[in-house]
Amino acid sequence: MAQATQREVIITGFGGQGIILTGNILGTAATIGDGRHATMTQSYGPEARGGSCSSQVIVSEGEIAFPYAEKPQMVICMSQEGFTKNKDALIPGGLLIWDSDLVEVDELNPAWQCYDVPATRVAEEMGNKMMANIVMLGFVSALSDLVSVESLKNAMLGSVPPKTRDKNLAAFERGREYGLKAVQERSRR
Amino acid sequence: MSKAVLTGTHFMNGDEACCEGALAAGCRFFAGYPITPATEVAECMSRRLPQVGGVFIQMEDEIASMAAILGGSWGGVKSMTSTSGPGFSLMMENIGLGVCTETPCVVCNVQRAGPSTGLPTLVGQGDMMQARWGSHGVYEIIAVAPSSPQEMFDFTIKAFNLSERFRVPVMIMADEVVGHMNERVVIPSPEAIHLVERAKPSVPPEQYLPYQAGPEGVPFMANYGDGYHMHVTGLTHDERGYPVMEVWAQEQMTQRIVGKIKNNLEHILDYDLVCMDDAEVAVVAYGISARSARGAVLAAREQGIKVGLVKLNVAWPFPEDFIRDLSGRVKAMIMPEINLGQMVLELERLSQGRCPVSLVSHPGGGIITPGRILAAVRESLKEAA
Repeated sequence: MAQATQREVIITGFGGQGIILTGNILGTAATIGDGRHATMTQSYGPEARGGSCSSQVIVSEGEIAFPYAEKPQMVICMSQEGFTKNKDALIPGGLLIWDSDLVEVDELNPAWQCYDVPATRVAEEMGNKMMANIVMLGFVSALSDLVSVESLKNAMLGSVPPKTRDKNLAAFERGREYGLKAVQERSRR
Repeated sequence: MSKAVLTGTHFMNGDEACCEGALAAGCRFFAGYPITPATEVAECMSRRLPQVGGVFIQMEDEIASMAAILGGSWGGVKSMTSTSGPGFSLMMENIGLGVCTETPCVVCNVQRAGPSTGLPTLVGQGDMMQARWGSHGVYEIIAVAPSSPQEMFDFTIKAFNLSERFRVPVMIMADEVVGHMNERVVIPSPEAIHLVERAKPSVPPEQYLPYQAGPEGVPFMANYGDGYHMHVTGLTHDERGYPVMEVWAQEQMTQRIVGKIKNNLEHILDYDLVCMDDAEVAVVAYGISARSARGAVLAAREQGIKVGLVKLNVAWPFPEDFIRDLSGRVKAMIMPEINLGQMVLELERLSQGRCPVSLVSHPGGGIITPGRILAAVRESLKEAA
């Protein structure tokens, strides 16, 4: 039902990981930075933290009618439950990304492009595991042209507390390095 | 840049856009009680109102919140509250007081799935009839139905303008998806925003009759402190505002508060028509379901199916004449809504068998996909053939 140019992303994890913020940053980058249309919807349970949660981002050249992913081209998983529940929605050729320490992987559809990154561990090593989502965003920026890297960085810097900007920017860059390396290794193989 | 009007392009959610719309409309008093999925309206108000010289109060509950904004409005300040299902139920009695005392104010209901506590974080459209009929007695109400964060901004301004012009509580019947969805919101410059202010009396205080019909049947409204004698009561009252326990007073008062809405429909009704020129089937939708409907209509048109969308921007009053007329011109009407059949009853009532009416329903907790609406369109054309 969606326009041909429409890109659909699902981000999943649990409350407190910044899943919704991640979607918000992607949407801001697409809308404010790249001048395209975007929607970000969220879904979470009644608990404030720990419950499963997800956000969906649609990016399009034209106006978006239905703001939910029907054929997602990218699924980002920061929890086991999110992975199990959402991966099968991914279209063939789609991009499946997960946090290697939080998700145990069983069988994967060979038609998917699969990447993992220890986002939470990297963020912990950098001093704050709350930045795992930003590491993940940096990683995604290397794998996908969904939004421009500049727009994404600007949107991220505008969305985090001002005092934490430097740390978050470092986390983003670390994630991006992981991503660039992963792409290189993949092309060498 | 004006602190009250955040001119520019934003990526914000519907609840925040509602708050910014209210501030741009001149709202300077908010009383409310937090409730998912409307909490962000209150949160945003608590942060923003002090920046523009306004007042935010978190009340003890929704009964008190509604009472407080009626008082705020009588003090001369544009006032609003926001809530969701359970809070909306609690507000009903004082919404009736607002209707009876003709108090301009705005109530935003970010609908979730009910009844009762229901699904606090998930979408519903089950309060549509409650918005119309939830308070007791004889009255008319106005309700707008935004379907995007941009419309949350625009329609909140519209809600304030209508409430000031017709002196009636105006409902913003949003829903969880629209409230929690982030999307582009363009906020114009203050000069580009059209605002309506309540008409004030110009007669000397001794000649003022606070409930005498003015232009469009709406009385001039003095604020407390303006120097006019005021009496505001939920009892049936005469033009002086004094209680009169007589049938003639009830007749005079109710005919006027109903008439000021019913006789001014051309200034209130608002709907968008998408692909309706040659449409054989009309999908009539509001709120988030109007977006699903738009998706279905655009997809159907690509397949050569002649279907159009009537998007209700104002849900109450219902566009009766338009729908009555439309029902004689199309082969079928379809209403998608996230309840088990509410606004569809209006279509059935107005079509009087001139065309079949069908409902695409969802009990709440999820939204209706364009695919389901498209299937209903196909089905209705098959039956009509």
